[in-house]
Amino acid sequence: MNAIDVLTQVVEVLIAIAVAPLYLGWVNQCRAWLQNRNAPPLLQTYRLIRKLLHKDAVLATHASPIFRGVPYVLFGTMVLVAAIIPTISVDLPFGRVADAIALVGLFATARVAIALAAMDIGTAFGSLGARREMLIGFLAEPALLMVFFTTSLLVGSTALPATVAALVQHELAIYPSLAFAAVAFLMVLLAENARIPIDNPATHLELTMIHEAMVLEYSARHLALIEWASALKLFNYACIGFALFVPWGIAGGDAPVTALLPATVLLAAKLLVAGSGLALIETVSAKLRIFRAPEFLATAFLLAVLGMLIRLLLGS
Amino acid sequence: MNPLPLSSQLINLLAALLLLLSFAMLAQRRIALLVQLLALQGLVLFISTVVVAIRADQHHLYYSAALTLMLKVIVLPWILYRLIRRLHVQWDIETLVKIPTTMLLGLMLVVFAFGLAQPISALAVTVTRSTLGIALAVVLLAFLMMITRRKAIAQVIGFLAMENGLFFAATSATYGMPMVVELGVALDVLVGVLVLGIFLFHIREQFDSLDLQHLESLKER
Repeated sequence: MNAIDVLTQVVEVLIAIAVAPLYLGWVNQCRAWLQNRNAPPLLQTYRLIRKLLHKDAVLATHASPIFRGVPYVLFGTMVLVAAIIPTISVDLPFGRVADAIALVGLFATARVAIALAAMDIGTAFGSLGARREMLIGFLAEPALLMVFFTTSLLVGSTALPATVAALVQHELAIYPSLAFAAVAFLMVLLAENARIPIDNPATHLELTMIHEAMVLEYSARHLALIEWASALKLFNYACIGFALFVPWGIAGGDAPVTALLPATVLLAAKLLVAGSGLALIETVSAKLRIFRAPEFLATAFLLAVLGMLIRLLLGS
Repeated sequence: MNPLPLSSQLINLLAALLLLLSFAMLAQRRIALLVQLLALQGLVLFISTVVVAIRADQHHLYYSAALTLMLKVIVLPWILYRLIRRLHVQWDIETLVKIPTTMLLGLMLVVFAFGLAQPISALAVTVTRSTLGIALAVVLLAFLMMITRRKAIAQVIGFLAMENGLFFAATSATYGMPMVVELGVALDVLVGVLVLGIFLFHIREQFDSLDLQHLESLKER
């Protein structure tokens, strides 16, 4: 571990923190265009966060320290996750410490934290949202783990940097198992980030909301942190997807520092394409009933397991 | 990681697609889409047969590929489509088991089939031997579909999917059956579907529905 690695690590985390709201803004803008609406400005998420940071926080009378602490836990976890994922370089001091399974654990920590906070106040909406979030989470987690296992079987290591390094180096080949895993991962991404087939964070309809029901009681700086953390979560998921399925352009193990610049440019291009693709998926699909969500996630799990089985049997 | 030759990769990809289509059929609720999926499965089968024929340089496989294209991609789906239009059953499928449960059952079947095929494919010498497990899994999934569906027409489709799986098994294990056998099977399937179509009309005439539960109440007088 030398100074350049540490610097890369810091730059990468800073990029993640700074760009995540922009990415969310881009997805929202694309979605608005596709739905023939007037698009919100690209920087809308930043404006929202700034507005919220200027307000005074209101806390419920019965709020315990858990309620106040959770936004920071949430934000901290997402920053830590951003530090583990190789987005522009595989030489990450953090990436060597934690592997993909720890990553899933970090996401689970964030989920448990926000569910606890939602139940802390004791409103009906909060517990409803927490219950639904736990239902989605417990179904999405095995699918996500299976996706990671499929890619690790291909490489022989669960560490994300090792996976990326191995995938970048070898020549282009058709991997059905990776295709299965990619589709499963996309489904998990949609479910975990409260995107449309499962949840729609833009509405305040109590019949449908999951994520929004949990954060109804938050205001001001707490809400700002939560919004920022969910933007970061979407960004992180997108970057995991890039690392596993389109890793080209990420600077390899012994690449010079100058390789970081094209890697960053390529990351921006990938984010642009992925954001518009995500908006397209959200536009063409209808929101599922909550009781259809298990079916959706069971399909994701099935695809991930099929990917792994095909990897084991065909070796491809 | 040593990359396989391109044709093997392609065959593996097509085999994976075949398995995926089987699962899509298992999960599908609408009969009209089920027929389309069956046609798609036939198309994948056709492409994989052509690839195997090129790779293994087996000329008789071209004929069976052409037969597949004609029969399974064009004629049979067309007949089935006409049938469901005439019977007005484009939409409804009644499953006996809930769909997520069916999918998990299917997953277990796939694991079983892969385990079963491993020693057999270790003995085979063809280039496509590793896809034998998938062929077996497709057959078993088609069985599962026939078991869990209540409507007669979905069971017919399950029967055809099973035939697809058997055909794939034949190409992957031994580069296809002899031409006489293949022609016979193709004719059998065609006639079978025609006869089943007539059966379906009779079932409907008798019970005003295609639900096979009504058949259980039949008694000898």
